[in-house]
Amino acid sequence: MKETKRITLFCGHYGSGKTNLAVNYAKKLKQEGKSVVIADLDIVNPYFRTKDSEQELKDLGIGLICSPYANSNLDIPALPASMYRTVEDKSTYAVIDVGGDDSGAVALGRLSEKIREENNFQMFFVANFFRPLTRAAKEAYNILLEIEKASGLPFTAIANNSNLGNETTAEDIMKSDEKARELSALCGLPVIMTSAVESLCEELDGCQGEIFPLTLQKKYYDFNA
Amino acid sequence: MAEKVLMKGNEAIAEAAILAGCRHYFGYPITPQTEIAAYMAKRMPKIGGTFLQAESEVAAINMVYGVAATGKRVMTSSSSPGISLKSEGLSYLAGCDLPAFVVNVERGGPGLGGIQPSQSDYFQATRGGGHGDYHMIVLAPASVQEMASLTIKGFDLADKYRITSMILADGTMGQMMEPVELSEVKTPDYDKSWAVTGTKMQREHNIINSLTLVPDELEKQNFARYEKYKIIEENEPMCEKFMTEDADIIVAAFGIAARVAKNAIVEARKQDIKVGMIRPITLWPFPKKDFFEAAKTAKHFISVELSMGQLIEDVELAIRCTRPVTLCNRVGGMIPSPAEVLDAIKKANEGGDK
Repeated sequence: MKETKRITLFCGHYGSGKTNLAVNYAKKLKQEGKSVVIADLDIVNPYFRTKDSEQELKDLGIGLICSPYANSNLDIPALPASMYRTVEDKSTYAVIDVGGDDSGAVALGRLSEKIREENNFQMFFVANFFRPLTRAAKEAYNILLEIEKASGLPFTAIANNSNLGNETTAEDIMKSDEKARELSALCGLPVIMTSAVESLCEELDGCQGEIFPLTLQKKYYDFNA
Repeated sequence: MAEKVLMKGNEAIAEAAILAGCRHYFGYPITPQTEIAAYMAKRMPKIGGTFLQAESEVAAINMVYGVAATGKRVMTSSSSPGISLKSEGLSYLAGCDLPAFVVNVERGGPGLGGIQPSQSDYFQATRGGGHGDYHMIVLAPASVQEMASLTIKGFDLADKYRITSMILADGTMGQMMEPVELSEVKTPDYDKSWAVTGTKMQREHNIINSLTLVPDELEKQNFARYEKYKIIEENEPMCEKFMTEDADIIVAAFGIAARVAKNAIVEARKQDIKVGMIRPITLWPFPKKDFFEAAKTAKHFISVELSMGQLIEDVELAIRCTRPVTLCNRVGGMIPSPAEVLDAIKKANEGGDK
């Protein structure tokens, strides 16, 4: 990832880890000294959202754009008017976390024309080959095409975020690399990164793209005896 | 061994149901269980099954009733307000002794309430929910793997006893993602000679009907059904025991509350408090004997729940009120933290709160 485009979009299958990746990516840009906002455009999933990291983002000085109803009991696919900041304010880097599948990518329709016009964006297809409906490269490819159709934007690269949650091993991730290669061959896009929790990064060998270290939010229900 | 996949609790239920041979799903979307329907919508057409989004919950449960009458494996899923709408159908299924599988991924109530997790449908599930004397088998998973395994178990128990089994999970269980191992399921042969599948002019008609015109007939049916319930109460209670052997304090908790409680118990043990947990896996039949036995040595019980004191009543009944039982709860979509549970354990240890 030599030159970072102003807008970075994370799209992919439902539950592929887009939110986590987007939050970590925004933090990385901030560490590089850039002015950053992160926009949560998830209109599909009312649980587990960017807003869960609100305090952390605030402390780091990363702007958060999300529905005023996120994490409330109002279960409607509302988008905030402030989302236009991502395309209007060209002095700030924008990381956009999009909802899962084509139904989530529909939310981009409102922004896609301006994003294409400015033509300073990168759109990553987040892939987790341990998810039940994207275990094969072909299945992931179909979802990739559906998202492009719904969003009106073309992907520019693949982010391999394959994981088994807490039980992920370096071996699991390295095994997924073959599928990432297959997907890359199908769609003609490069694998720009392989992401993993920080503790596993050193063990990764032979994976494509930059190794992108992740810090994960600890959840209250994880049992760590 | 099958390969592991990373699944949401809701997806695990849907895939496990398919592995268990369920090819008929009827439902109506509601957060936080919508992924079950979404998953079924994607998978069922590919395997020759039926996914149907009904016009309402009432329609969906009656479609379940229809398929159940033919002896085929069938399910529906919903969240709290939707289960209330389906309760009439649940009563009819019970009145006809039909096997069916139902999922309730609970959210906060009463009324439309909220979309965040809750366990406040405990009474509704364990006492039947609809009208009339009846029970359902109620299973309470505490991991995504259990969402799958108890789904398979639920279908088997339903067929074995001609009863409705229900998964009672909270929103967190439905939404959380964990690795799951799913393997081929061997389904035993169950007697389906009662099913309405056409006589081919070779046998008497089978009739599925919950209307009984003669009172003493209806009474006989009720007595017979409760004989069956006795057998279920004898054979099917399940629970997990965690550090109970030397425990002075026993925490009772299921689902997400049990996961939080486990963290608190481990912490309390570090502070030399002898505490353990009984986690009911079947909420009906309730593991009464396990609690009763534990009360012979334990001095204090704590019910940790996402409701205003529902599980606590079964704990008190099971131990015949021989020990104090305190309530540690959050409601309305809130979840007790390990620290809150630890506080309750410390109070019990000091002999406080009762």
